[in-house]
Amino acid sequence: MKFTLKWLKEHLDTDADVATIARTLTMIGLEVEHIEDRASDLAPFTIGYVVEAVQHPNADKLRVCKVDTGKEIVQVVCGAPNARTGMKGVFAPVGSFIPGTRLDLKKGVIRGVESNGMLCSMREMGLGQDHDGIIDLAADAPVGQSFAAYMGYGDPVFEIKLTPDRADCLGVHGIARDLAAAGLGTLKPFEQKRIEGTFESPLKWQRADVGDACPLAVGRYFRNVTNGPSPQWLQERLIAIGLRPISALVDITNFVTYDLNRPLHVFDADKVKGHPTMRMAKAGENVLALDGIEYALEPGMVVIADDNRVEAIGGVMGGELSGVTPETRNVFLESALFDAVNTARTGRKLGINSDARYRFERGVDPESADWGIEVGTRLILELCGGEASHVTRAGERPEWHRTIAFRPERVRTLGGVEVPAERQRDILSKLGFGVEEESAARWSVTPPSWRADIEGEADLVEEVIRINDYDNIPVVSMPKLSALPHPAITPQQRRVPLAKRLLASRGLLEAVTFSFMPSAIAKLFQPKGANAPLVMLANPISADLDAMRPSILGNLLLAAARNAARGYPDVALFEVGPSYLDETEKGQILSATGVRVGLHRPRHWEGKPRNADAFDAKADALALLQMFGAPVDNLQVLPEAPGYYHPGRSAVLRLGPTILAQFGELHPNVLKACDLKGPAVGFEVFLDRLPTTRAKGTARPLLNASPFQPLERDFAFLVDAGVAADKLIRAAKSADKALITEAKVFDLFQGGALPEGKKSIAFSVTIQPRERTLTDQEIEALSAKIVAAVNKATGGELRK
Amino acid sequence: MQHLDGLKDKWLAAIAGAGALDQLESLRVEALGKKGEVTGLMKTLGSLSPEERKSAGQSLNQLKDALAEAIEARKAALEEGALNQRLKRETLDLSLPARPELDGRLHPISQTIDEIVAIFGEMGFGVAEGPDIEDDFKNFTALNIPPDHPARQMQDTFYLPKKPGEKEAMVLRTHTSPVQIRTMMSKKPPIRVICPGRTYRSDSDMTHTPMFHQVEGLVVDETTHMGHLKGCLIDFVRAFFGIDDLPVRFRNSFFPFTEPSAEVDIGCDRSGGELKLGQGKDWLEILGCGMVHPKVLANCGIDPAKYQGFAFGMGIERIAMLKYGIPDLRTFFDADLRWLKHYGFVPLDVPSMTGGLTR
Repeated sequence: MKFTLKWLKEHLDTDADVATIARTLTMIGLEVEHIEDRASDLAPFTIGYVVEAVQHPNADKLRVCKVDTGKEIVQVVCGAPNARTGMKGVFAPVGSFIPGTRLDLKKGVIRGVESNGMLCSMREMGLGQDHDGIIDLAADAPVGQSFAAYMGYGDPVFEIKLTPDRADCLGVHGIARDLAAAGLGTLKPFEQKRIEGTFESPLKWQRADVGDACPLAVGRYFRNVTNGPSPQWLQERLIAIGLRPISALVDITNFVTYDLNRPLHVFDADKVKGHPTMRMAKAGENVLALDGIEYALEPGMVVIADDNRVEAIGGVMGGELSGVTPETRNVFLESALFDAVNTARTGRKLGINSDARYRFERGVDPESADWGIEVGTRLILELCGGEASHVTRAGERPEWHRTIAFRPERVRTLGGVEVPAERQRDILSKLGFGVEEESAARWSVTPPSWRADIEGEADLVEEVIRINDYDNIPVVSMPKLSALPHPAITPQQRRVPLAKRLLASRGLLEAVTFSFMPSAIAKLFQPKGANAPLVMLANPISADLDAMRPSILGNLLLAAARNAARGYPDVALFEVGPSYLDETEKGQILSATGVRVGLHRPRHWEGKPRNADAFDAKADALALLQMFGAPVDNLQVLPEAPGYYHPGRSAVLRLGPTILAQFGELHPNVLKACDLKGPAVGFEVFLDRLPTTRAKGTARPLLNASPFQPLERDFAFLVDAGVAADKLIRAAKSADKALITEAKVFDLFQGGALPEGKKSIAFSVTIQPRERTLTDQEIEALSAKIVAAVNKATGGELRK
Repeated sequence: MQHLDGLKDKWLAAIAGAGALDQLESLRVEALGKKGEVTGLMKTLGSLSPEERKSAGQSLNQLKDALAEAIEARKAALEEGALNQRLKRETLDLSLPARPELDGRLHPISQTIDEIVAIFGEMGFGVAEGPDIEDDFKNFTALNIPPDHPARQMQDTFYLPKKPGEKEAMVLRTHTSPVQIRTMMSKKPPIRVICPGRTYRSDSDMTHTPMFHQVEGLVVDETTHMGHLKGCLIDFVRAFFGIDDLPVRFRNSFFPFTEPSAEVDIGCDRSGGELKLGQGKDWLEILGCGMVHPKVLANCGIDPAKYQGFAFGMGIERIAMLKYGIPDLRTFFDADLRWLKHYGFVPLDVPSMTGGLTR
């Protein structure tokens, strides 16, 4: 919403300066976005008098003008067809910055004739698109005066950002009312006196099936009007806020829209056949609107129709065919009420953003249909002459009176500030609220017709404290709930920051990527297989952000590919966040996911470089699980990872039936789809599936450190190549759970002299005596048990 | 025992002349070993008279001790010499780089969330969470944003396809406010929670990304008013930005889910083309807030005649950008290694109110 200081002062008697007004507007909820002061932009331009304009000796289309600038006579070469002796125009001296061309004006010689300045068009001034000729000012324009001052551009333009509740401030009068309440002057009432008509309107409003979508239509017929250009004061107002003056009648409707938030429309009455009717559009109907576009209408949209056709879209836009022209003699003025929701829906469906729609969908004062016709009538008679009919009216004004019970003490108990009752009443009254004091503690407040946004007591508290200025609310720190704060996060929630900090300390960089993914990639990561449905968006912002990610891995691989393309192929990234298997709450999975791509150990003078492999990913996954207290030694390592992993080089870590994590090399097809040169490994640890640590107090179990030295025995087994090492280790440990504390693979060998299809696995077993040192026979017996257990579990033979 | 002095001199000279440990050892054997010269002399003592034996024994013992001492001293000297020799040989070019280790970093969003939790935790807030895919009721209707409300146009919503039989399509939450609703529907007042999380709006340009993070705050009890709202947020922004006198301005605004509502600006200085937070003549909007709308309380089954409170919401990237001087929102989600290393945080740098929020 834009307005000028001068315009504001038509409604507000005030001495406040621009800065005070701006600050007040912002504080009371009418946020000032911008203040434009064109006086300074247009400072070099003055009014000049063309003493003489003669044909350029060497060019048909140019004229040589002698311009009186008020200080001197200057010679200017001008190409405008309308340059003529005796006119008054806008003169720019050499050196001026021309806003329209964004160039500094230079002294020049045009076809042999010197030119010492310029006579400007509107476009050159940056004031519009008009470039048919130079600006032609009225004969009484004072030579030498600043053009900006003459045009009233000395008038600063405010632009405020209105919140959707403040429809009343879509008119300058409403803004002035708020400022007056805030103590910045006195609101001037506007003229809304009834004007008697002199004849019966030949066009009578009809309402058909519109119901509440258009509860009231008011109209008036005018005959013998003259629709010339509107007067300068009106043009100036419109230009100042960025509207283009068109003709007196159109300018009047635009002016009333911005001045009083009362949209009006004028029909050329001679183009209307039969009575104007408010009705619902029928399927298949069209209308050519004032913007020159033909719109297809749908049932549910309110239209204004006559015997010919649909002439206008109610509350949204008028029609081209019944619009006024300079030749228009007889007009019909419409001032109606349209339902906010219906208008919004119609506008949205048709894609029309008009000043009328903007206002009706926010809510127009229901009283304004009646006074709007009178305001419009006064201006039409004043500016276009003619004669006005009696008012024609169809429908009822909706009842807007309602009372709200208000306890003034709520300003303190909710608003946090003491405002004396007297001042509260004053604020409410100045805003137009009716205040009846049933008792000191309980008032009955009637919001004005233009404040449909006011629903209850809390709204009234807001009215009082915003006008009283939020700065006056005393600051109170939050009272403590307990002497010391309790933890802000639960142990479960704490997993997220812990996982992040652990992975970062393991050398991975934390990424935060979108929850979206291109569906072509996403389907590769659907854990249930490429044919399982994805969570798709109905209105994605682009085709490559059209699905919700079923795994974070894809986004990290795409990120790795982007980094590789920038010249950084070795990447270790992780993200802790959601992925989406379906749209339910349970379908949102929380995981700590990471990838390692390229070199895990870079080239170094001492050792060989090494690519990241599945064991790096396993280490990451296990480090997380270990930190969260998962029974790492009891997890099953099973080759059951989803299809986006390499089938032979990946695994899940399962606790009973629950997959806590999965890791491994990524499938070559996945890397190809992500445009990533491999190899790449990844891991996913599902934080929500981790067993919760049972609350057993904070005490740790007692340390049971044996006083006897542990001893190590090494074993090497020849087993089938397909036997998992883990199986040997579990078997070995099971030989004596009390004495064996650890078993670790230290060698793996395949090929060489070994039989085909066999491998050798060597592991060491740590035996921890508890009560006494073991005898040689006991150790021998234990070793034999280990060998037997491994043999039984795997068929492996001890290598001697 | 005159000859013993000569013997002593002979052996001492030999010991002093020993150039290596093995040479020294053979000298020891020759002199003091079982068949050594001095040991041999000791054996002759038995043939002497008791007086002679006493004095000769004393002299021989002195000789034996002197030689043993000399051998030990020489041994220490030789060992030290050998060690010095070895140390001279054992050198490393320590200008060579150490074995490489990967250097991980935390994303600024994670660090900022931890900071936010640390500050509000101190004020007695807990953390609440909810899903990203929400139903229309919790994202809009319960928050006093009915269908066709102009406020719905303030937010560009991502929708999921409407399923047959469903009244409303599911949405990607446009704010973290639905977590307010979930909290109020499941907990009884008093409530003090913050809800950090991912949010989504169908908007993408220089200053908007289709996904971003917000933190929502909610307080519901019987007495909390606008003054507390001001105090809570002023305390927060001053702690977060580490500027004790940071100017903070509350001005009236509108949100469907709060009444009265406010937007909050912090003081800054834009002169010189650079944004500096703190005292200055300019203001920078950083968050929206207000007293929870009575209808929202009622929608969640909380009696608005008895309970009241405030809510606020702010963009996490926005305050992170302001605090850490990160110029471009879009770079947050690009996972550019160079950016992550440059703007990221050392993992052990855990923010706390006692240990410090920011280094």
